[in-house]
Amino acid sequence: MKTAVSTAERFEFTHSWLFAWLVAIAAVAGIWAGGDLWSWAVKAPKELTWKIEALGSCTSVRLCVTGFFKFMVNNEAYVFPWTFKEFTRAVAACIEFPYQIIRSLFASGFAVPLGDGQTWQSPPVSWLGLTAVLTVVAYRLRDWKLALMVFLCVAYLAVFGNWESAAITFSSIAVAVPIGIVFGATIGIFGYRYEKFERAITPILDLMQTVPIFAYLVPVLFLFGFGPVSAVAATVIYAMPPMVRLTILALKTVPGEIKEFGKMVGCTKRQMTWRVLIPAAAPGLMVGVNQVIMLSLNMVIIASMIGAGGLGFDVLASLRRQAIGDGLEAGIAITLIAIVLDRLTQAWASKSPAPSSDPPPTFLQRHRNLSLAIAVLLLTTLAGFLWPFFAQWPTHLEVSTGQFWNDLIKWININFFDELEAVKVFLLLNILKPVKAFLLGLPWPGVLILLALAGLQLGGIRLALLVVACASFILITGQWTKAMITVYLCGISVVTATLIGLTVGIIASRYQILKKPVLVFIDTLQTLPSFVYLLPVVMLFRVGEFSAMVAVVLYALPPAVRYTLYGIEQISPSLIEAAKTSGCTKRQLLAKVQIRLAWPEIMLGVNQTVMFALSMLVITALVGTRDLGQEVYIALTKADTGRGLVAGLSVAFIAIITDRLISAAARKRKQALGL
Amino acid sequence: MDSKPEPILTCTHVWKLFGRNPEQFIAEHPQITDELLARNALIGAVRDANIEVAEGEIFIIMGLSGSGKSTLLRCLSRLIEPTHGQVMFEGEDLLKHSEKQMIQIRRHKMGMVFQHFALMPHLTVLGNVAFPLEVQGIDRIKRERRAREVIELVGLQDRESYYPRELSGGQQQRVGIARSLCVEPKIWFLDEPFSALDPLIRREMQDEFLRIQSMLSKTIVFITHDFNEAVRLADRIAIMKDGAIIQIGTPEELIINPADDYVEEFTNDLSRAKVFTAKTVMGPHNPGISTGGQVSGNTKIQDLAEDLIRSELPFDVVDHNHTVIGQLSRDAVIDVLVKQP
Repeated sequence: MKTAVSTAERFEFTHSWLFAWLVAIAAVAGIWAGGDLWSWAVKAPKELTWKIEALGSCTSVRLCVTGFFKFMVNNEAYVFPWTFKEFTRAVAACIEFPYQIIRSLFASGFAVPLGDGQTWQSPPVSWLGLTAVLTVVAYRLRDWKLALMVFLCVAYLAVFGNWESAAITFSSIAVAVPIGIVFGATIGIFGYRYEKFERAITPILDLMQTVPIFAYLVPVLFLFGFGPVSAVAATVIYAMPPMVRLTILALKTVPGEIKEFGKMVGCTKRQMTWRVLIPAAAPGLMVGVNQVIMLSLNMVIIASMIGAGGLGFDVLASLRRQAIGDGLEAGIAITLIAIVLDRLTQAWASKSPAPSSDPPPTFLQRHRNLSLAIAVLLLTTLAGFLWPFFAQWPTHLEVSTGQFWNDLIKWININFFDELEAVKVFLLLNILKPVKAFLLGLPWPGVLILLALAGLQLGGIRLALLVVACASFILITGQWTKAMITVYLCGISVVTATLIGLTVGIIASRYQILKKPVLVFIDTLQTLPSFVYLLPVVMLFRVGEFSAMVAVVLYALPPAVRYTLYGIEQISPSLIEAAKTSGCTKRQLLAKVQIRLAWPEIMLGVNQTVMFALSMLVITALVGTRDLGQEVYIALTKADTGRGLVAGLSVAFIAIITDRLISAAARKRKQALGL
Repeated sequence: MDSKPEPILTCTHVWKLFGRNPEQFIAEHPQITDELLARNALIGAVRDANIEVAEGEIFIIMGLSGSGKSTLLRCLSRLIEPTHGQVMFEGEDLLKHSEKQMIQIRRHKMGMVFQHFALMPHLTVLGNVAFPLEVQGIDRIKRERRAREVIELVGLQDRESYYPRELSGGQQQRVGIARSLCVEPKIWFLDEPFSALDPLIRREMQDEFLRIQSMLSKTIVFITHDFNEAVRLADRIAIMKDGAIIQIGTPEELIINPADDYVEEFTNDLSRAKVFTAKTVMGPHNPGISTGGQVSGNTKIQDLAEDLIRSELPFDVVDHNHTVIGQLSRDAVIDVLVKQP
């Protein structure tokens, strides 16, 4: 780390670090060169196992985890006053009941028993009525622009034949989001009130947010079985941590004066929370709600692997069929749902409540709009019996772009096969393979030494210990080789994404005209469900590490661009003016001022890029990588909790190691700049 | 102050120390010095503060940032728990009260205005002003009637349904003032209420404050870092530095008799003619000399300037019973005004 060297003392300090690094690198090279002598150090160690009579079948970390879950499920553990099994069944029932109602309402209709074993299937809510109501709601919340956007998005679902799948996906969301919000906010409020509680949950939240999504699915699958309930449970678990964090943050950032005001007017604790803190923190809490919605949509797609159904299933199925068109359409449908929910909740949150006046007497008057909406939905649904158009968008009018995409890919593959192949082979041979060989050849004690040294320099002894502990977990669970493949794929993808991101970010910051299109583009990239990226990539490059890399780069690009742009734009204009008046050319301005001052933000962008890359990397196991992601994927298909969680935790630990090191470096740099 | 009414709020030997085990430290050390604090890594935010606030008085605590004035104010309402000392309010020791009793006292007897207004963003002007009554559980019609009264008092009657973000800074603070007066508090705390406002608005709000006070005669503890503001509004001023109160007195007393260089530093830039009254400057009554007329003892010298220039003769100074209590000569006035400290 280069810092402003002002005194002789600091100069020496910097030099002693340099010396330490040289020694460490020499040591690693030494071990590597003497590979024959120290083969135990060069070869990745096997999984650590033990045999202790009292622990029974628990002979390794992996088997212990599996054993633990088996123990919980087999009626042996008690969550007062039920057995654990009864407990999970109760939870499942709580999810199942509202889910079935909403799903029947919007997707499948209710089955009404008529006696004699016959049932009558009621129709679901009319698509036409729902579109109309949502459009009007959007208009009432903001303006005709939002109304038009909502109308187009919802109409897309009908016209492209995604309506039923979308309704099923929406049902999962409609159950998962409120549960996530309520639990997240409650835990957040507790965390705010009791500092000890906050300190206890913070590392758990960290871990929950870094464990790859797939890894959640394994234990949930084990506990709740295959089906929508599991999907909703996994979605809640995945989407909740940001709500907890943002609740704590929002409550903490309520101005001190407002809290004092609450005390001065004599609020009790309860009044303080509900009347003062929560209303004052509302904007921050809404960000949390928004996050929960977005993450739930993301997760519910992946949860299709454990039976969520709906749009996620459509994407997954088309990935297996290699039908890019269908997959893309379903993927876009998910994005559109995300956009509609996002904009509507934002508009709702920012709308100021009506001025206070006495409430009108009757229910109909008080809820005029709600009653009207219900009437419209009811009428259009009933109209469906007379005119089928009200019940369903006519099949023969459905539009599909599937053929177009398939033809496009076919055309590219026929005409440019050699070029694409050449690029792929060149990169594989000259970059991917050598890097992989290098990383796999690194002796593990050397890696530990280097990590420890980096931790020591950037954050002191505690950081060094944390980093080494995380790496050791990977080592003793016998996943070193697979972890190194993950690191190699992730590393190359991150470097590529960062280079592209830096370039795009810098260009966009210089030419204001480009800024908006770039932002729209990366926003779109970010809302597309991760599965969708795999489709074109696989069809162009077929399965393999190269395809995985391309998909990961695409997925991890947005944060790199965004943070670069943000970093450059947040530099105080007076500094830019100062540089210009000193006679900087545009190039000098960029190199000597903008990049340097934006560096801490860019580093955070890299950090985010790593997180994104890791989460995508696990998904690319679907296209045949041989890393930790594959391990999780295999565990998922076998419902092997131990294997899945251990591999998932290993990915999380890689994420934590990079996150802690990069954050510490960014913090150091920021301090050096006095920001 | 001519007569000395019973103090309604007193604080004696109040300390607020930040650091490790401050209570134990105070218990162990009867004499606390700077070095002793430094050696124990303690920070003295408030050090041995003693004040008495009389009923109906405007008591101003003046100090620069970091002088501990805001901390002292919060000790008086127990928003911050003092480390040591006694805070007596209406004859009861606040520090001995339970949390429940404090809630009752704050609900009914205290009002506070904040530097950055601390308005609830999701409530209208009416909702904000009625909020303290809402917390008490008073029904809507009653509390809104009362809120409308105070809103009218601060001149915002046509803004009742506005949200804070739709108001200017001055208007927002008017809402803050109305809200703090809604419960008819016995004591009114104002924490740098006008510091966040532009100079012109600040002046207007000071006038507004004096107008409201002339109607309500509240007991006021007012915090400011602006000595001019303090002199303009205060009956008495306490000057704080590094957590300790250096001097307490009327504005005139501070100017005539500054306790040390620090206080004098503040008084130097001040226009004395605006602060001094005839009573302060006058010489002894001398019945033998013919006079140019009578002036009231509480008149500011500035307002007498024209008379003094016009008349060669000295003036008789009278008190509120029209008894002559002294004589004001032009020389005496000039002496006081131009005297270099």
